[in-house]
Amino acid sequence: MNDLMRKQAFTALVWILLLSMPYWLPFFGGYTALSSRMIVLALAAMGLNFLLGFTGVLSFGHAAYFGLGAYGVGLTIKYLVPSTALGIVAGVLIGAVAAMIIGALIVKLRGVYFAMVTIAFGQVFFFIAFRWNSVTGGDDGLSGWKRQPLDFGIGTLDILGNDKAFYYFALALFAAAAVVMGLLLRSPFGRTLVAIRENERRARFLGIPVEQHIWLSFVISCVFVSLSGALYALLNNFADPRALRWDQSGDFVIMAVLGGMRSFWGPLIGAAIFVVLQDRVSSMTENWQAFIGLFFVLVVLFFPRGVLGIIRRKAAA
Amino acid sequence: MSLLKVQNVSRNFGSLIAVNGVTLTVEPGELRAVIGPNGAGKTTFFNLISGFFPPTSGRILFDERDVTDMPVHRRVAMGMARTFQITEIFPELTVGENLRIGVEAAAGFRLRPWLSSRENALLSARIGELMEMGGLAAKADRLVGELSHGDQRATEIMMSLSLNPRLLLLDEPTAGMGDQETYDITQLIRRLHQSQKLTIVLIEHDMRVVFHLADRIMVLAEGAVLAEGTADEIAKDERVQAAYLGKAA
Repeated sequence: MNDLMRKQAFTALVWILLLSMPYWLPFFGGYTALSSRMIVLALAAMGLNFLLGFTGVLSFGHAAYFGLGAYGVGLTIKYLVPSTALGIVAGVLIGAVAAMIIGALIVKLRGVYFAMVTIAFGQVFFFIAFRWNSVTGGDDGLSGWKRQPLDFGIGTLDILGNDKAFYYFALALFAAAAVVMGLLLRSPFGRTLVAIRENERRARFLGIPVEQHIWLSFVISCVFVSLSGALYALLNNFADPRALRWDQSGDFVIMAVLGGMRSFWGPLIGAAIFVVLQDRVSSMTENWQAFIGLFFVLVVLFFPRGVLGIIRRKAAA
Repeated sequence: MSLLKVQNVSRNFGSLIAVNGVTLTVEPGELRAVIGPNGAGKTTFFNLISGFFPPTSGRILFDERDVTDMPVHRRVAMGMARTFQITEIFPELTVGENLRIGVEAAAGFRLRPWLSSRENALLSARIGELMEMGGLAAKADRLVGELSHGDQRATEIMMSLSLNPRLLLLDEPTAGMGDQETYDITQLIRRLHQSQKLTIVLIEHDMRVVFHLADRIMVLAEGAVLAEGTADEIAKDERVQAAYLGKAA
C-alpha cells in the first residue's frame, strides 16, 4: 500500500469511528456526552495545532478564545436572544475580533516571547470573567441558560433533550471545520505557513510577508478554538471561567503534542486520550492530572512525534 | 539605466563600522563579484542591499526606485532574490516542495486558499523546468535535508530563480564545497547568467570562481571599497595583493 492510499484509508477510518462513536463507546464504558466532549476538545486542539504544528508558532493563550466562544454563546442566549445558532455566531465573532486585535499586537514576537505574551493576554480575559460578577457570574460561572432546539424551518432538532442529536450537531460543525482546515493546509496559503515553520528567513526571502501570514494563521486558529469553546459551553449549558485560564491553554498544547503536532489528526488522538484518561482516572483519584502529566512526559521523551507518530512509524516499517 | 545603484551606504554596529561609504552600480545583464578578506563587510553589504537591515546612512536604488527602507518581501516582489552563505532551504520538505513554495509565491498565489487544476498544471510545469535547469530532476521527491551540500545549494539557487528575479544576489555560493561541487555550481551560475541574461552580484572566496565568472570585481577591505575593475586589473592591483597577503607584501 502506498503512502497516499494509507493516508486515505486512515482518514476514512477516522470518520467511520467518529460517525459511529455514540454506538460503540458505551461498550468501553463511555457515554454520549463523553463523545461530544472528545470531539469538541479535539476541535480546539486541532485549531491550536493549525498555528503550532503547521505554522510553528506556540501559543499558551488559546484558552482565551475558547472562553470567549463559551461566554459569547452563553451571554447571547441568556441575555439577548434564545438561539443556539446566533449564540455560536456571536461567540465565534467575539473570539475572532479579539484574535485580530491581539494578534496584530504580538505578531512580531517569536518563540518564548510570543508564548509568554499570549499567556498574559489570556489571563486578562480570565480575570474579566472571574471578577465581573454581575454579567459573567464570576467564580461561579455563567449558568441559568440552556442550549436551544435548532429550528431548520422544515423541522426542529432537539439538541437539548437528545444527547445523540447534540453529538451529531457538534460533529457536523467539527467536520465542516476539519474540511476547511484540511483544504487550507493543502493550498498555496497553507504551504506558506509550513514554509514559515521550516525556515522563516527563507520564507521571507521568497517574498512572503511573514508577520501578515502568522497573523492570519493566528486568527484562523483562534476562530476554530472559539467555535470549540462555544460548543463546549452548549454541551455543559454552562460557561466556566476556568475555561479561559492559562492551564486550559496548556491542556490544548498537551493534547496537540501528545497526539502528534505534525500530523493533521494527531490532536484528535491527543484529545481522545486526554478526555478518556481524565474521565477514567478522575473517578479513581483527584490527582488525575498527575497521571496525564506523567503520560505526557513519557510521550515527549520517547516519542517526540506523538502517539500518531508511533503509529505512522509502525505502519511504514 | 542601471539596475542597482548603491550610493555611499554605511552601516554601524555600535562603534564598529561594518560598511563604510560603499558605492556600487550594477548594469542589467552584468555579473559582478564582490571579494575581500574575512571581516571586510561583504555579507553586511549584501544584507543592506537585500533589506535584511537598513543602512545607517546612504541610499539604495533598485530599478530607479529608492528601496533603502523597503521591507524584504516588497524588494522580492520588485525582482530581487538572494541566497545565503549558510544555505537557507526547507530541509524537511522535498526538492519539488521547496521549489513549489517559490513558484507559488512568484505567481502571486501566497494568499490563495485553492488552485484550479489548470493553474496547478502550469505551476507543476514551471517546477519541472526549474528542476531540469538546476540538474535536480532526478531528486524531485528527495528531502532536501538529505541531499549533498552541492545539491542543497543548487536547490537554493533554483528557489531564488523561481521568483523570476531581475537581480540575483549570491553570498559565497561555493562556500565549503569540494572541487567537483564548486565546478558544478560555477557552471550552473554561468548557464543562468548566459541563458537567462540574469544580472548577478556574488560574494566569493574562491578566486578561481571569481576570475572565471565575473565581468567586473569590487574589492572590499575593512568595510570600504579598496579597488574596482576587470579581473585583470584587480589581479595586478598592488593594494589588493597587500590586503590579501598582509601588510608585509
